[in-house]
Amino acid sequence: VSPWVLRGLRDGVVTTRWPARPDPYADGWRGPATVLDPRPAGAADLASLCPTGAVSATHRSLTLDQGQCILCGRCVVGRPDVFGWSRGPGGAALTRDGLVVPQVTETERNLAAVRAALRAKTAALRRSVHLRHVDAGSDGTEEQEIAALLNPVYDIHRLGIFVTASPRHADVLLVTGAGAHGMAEPLRRTYDGMPDPKIVIAVGTDACGGGLLAGSSATSDGVGAVIGVDVWLPGSPPPPFSILCALLGALGRLPREVSP
Amino acid sequence: VNPRMWDDLAGQVAAGSRFAGLMATQRAGGLVLSAHLAGAKDVTVRDVALPPGAGSYPALTPVLGAASWYEREIHDLFGVVPAGHPHLEPLLLPGPSVPRHVLGAGLFTIPHGPVRSGVMESIEYLVETPGEDIPHLSTRVFYKHRGVESRFEGLPAGDGVLLAERTEGVASVAHALAYCHAIERIADVSVPWPAALVRVLYAELERLANHLDAAVRLADAAGLAVATARFGVHKERVLRLVSRMCGSRFGRGVVVPGGVSGPPELSGADFLAEIGRLDRAVTADAAVLMGTASFLDRLRSTGPLRPERAREYGALGPVGKASGFSDDARRFRPYDAYPALGLGEVSTYSAGDALARLRIRWDEVRQSFHLLRQAADELGDVGDGAFRAEFDPVDGRSVGWAEAPQGEVLYDVRVEGGRLTRCHPRSASFHNLALFHEVFAGDILTDFPFIEASFGLSVAGVAR
Repeated sequence: VSPWVLRGLRDGVVTTRWPARPDPYADGWRGPATVLDPRPAGAADLASLCPTGAVSATHRSLTLDQGQCILCGRCVVGRPDVFGWSRGPGGAALTRDGLVVPQVTETERNLAAVRAALRAKTAALRRSVHLRHVDAGSDGTEEQEIAALLNPVYDIHRLGIFVTASPRHADVLLVTGAGAHGMAEPLRRTYDGMPDPKIVIAVGTDACGGGLLAGSSATSDGVGAVIGVDVWLPGSPPPPFSILCALLGALGRLPREVSP
Repeated sequence: VNPRMWDDLAGQVAAGSRFAGLMATQRAGGLVLSAHLAGAKDVTVRDVALPPGAGSYPALTPVLGAASWYEREIHDLFGVVPAGHPHLEPLLLPGPSVPRHVLGAGLFTIPHGPVRSGVMESIEYLVETPGEDIPHLSTRVFYKHRGVESRFEGLPAGDGVLLAERTEGVASVAHALAYCHAIERIADVSVPWPAALVRVLYAELERLANHLDAAVRLADAAGLAVATARFGVHKERVLRLVSRMCGSRFGRGVVVPGGVSGPPELSGADFLAEIGRLDRAVTADAAVLMGTASFLDRLRSTGPLRPERAREYGALGPVGKASGFSDDARRFRPYDAYPALGLGEVSTYSAGDALARLRIRWDEVRQSFHLLRQAADELGDVGDGAFRAEFDPVDGRSVGWAEAPQGEVLYDVRVEGGRLTRCHPRSASFHNLALFHEVFAGDILTDFPFIEASFGLSVAGVAR
């Protein structure tokens, strides 16, 4: 008998049961920064806390764009009364504006229509979904976190989700990176090669808004300038549970409370 | 331009210094070329100023082959022509049109990339083949060029570390360390002892995660499903341990100029218990892997790098050590807590093949567990001290380095008025990838994933 047979049996089942059951690692995850107090005293001075310009402030109120948050924590350390960490694997949004906290009511009304349109696209996919990934200028960590979904801890095959090499077989496109100009054409060709209906998920803060590379002459401040994006997922990088959560959310396969 | 401008440098390399890189800086008086030389104890810089408006200079590459990619990069980013460079193709920026050479009769080209199968970073390998062998391979790295170097310019010196962490994400800690070492050297600041220990913890955990990732990729290439799964689980446990310590799975936000942002958010006992469990699991599985004959057959004599070539080129990290070239910054140019911790001998092999590169990684994994235990014990003894030396950034210029899992990372940093005016990160991936196309002698298409995984490089650190 190959020694690998016995080693494979050694640790029993290591696979998470999330999202059917809660998982402490998923629920306890420290996500992008969020706003605890949108009308603090001296709001105007707080924008300078953020190295990527995610915090916008007027003289009496402020917002934080999680699509530009690189989780450096400077705002949380600097003003713990105003900023805090978001918790859990959620945090993806169906519109780019949806990543700005606190949310305005108008955006929430538009969201219902966006959500319905996405559900109509994904209804046919049911329980067999194929992913294609394109790196459009990442720092290399997002690829590691997407690849981690294939290890036995997350094991996305249990959910009927598979990674495919050919865009012709793909239903979902995971795009990482700040939108490097050199990858614009390969990204567009991959997108065009996918059959309809197709869903695009921007994975990571760089893909959402460019992160620290925003303003670089070699990138387009996120992938939204290159192709249409259906789901925006911030994180630097987002952990496997967040990627899975965004994916299942787009497919309408999440319990209500964590759905984007 | 002085036609003998490189004589001095070539002499130093001939006398035993290792050529560690070449970069250009646009200064008020014209372009300055800076060569980095790694010696037994230090990394030194040789600056050569070109006359204002000089459009070309005599290339270094004909004298020193290892400069080839560096001069191509300078040509792309600064437009200056290294006259006499034998192979001046675009490297970081795509040219107007790149010709696709096919070098022999009966050969055809298989493009791998830039969008690759599986979940990989974007890079294109053009494999020229008569069907099975790989007589010629060319590499195009420019697809994911992000303009990182120019984004450094103008950042406050304290913020540069955030971008350093994102220059090559799989080596976030090593890049942050090399950057901070440069900033601390300029200001002549030494970090508090507890911070030096914490830095070692994160750096060695990063090494574990990267080496386990290489094992996952090699086992996957060989179709060993159980080994792939098990090393994948071990790697996940390492990343989770790091996230329990600091909130980030890649150790981001920990290393800051002057020290670290704080102690691990995990008790020393819990840390040591988890390290013990990991060590036992990894060691047992590695032993089984290295006893699996069908696996070893695929690695043995695959992708060999000759020791003479490794020495001449100055190959870094596991790639160099597997070919008998044993440079390790932690040992020869030690920093933070490494001088006081028992690193032990740096092992080397002479076979230079994919198997030797994996053996080096297991040796380093063993060494890392040893270092992690020592550093955690020591940290428990020193208790709570200061974790950060507060200082205002000082103007000046310096070089900093750290040993990433891929090999030595080098940062050349200049601060003026508290802000970065130049920051050049040189990753081990950049230096080693230039060797990649040379090791395919006698190997066939199905060896490609083994050779790529055994190099263990990150494209982000190359294309930047």
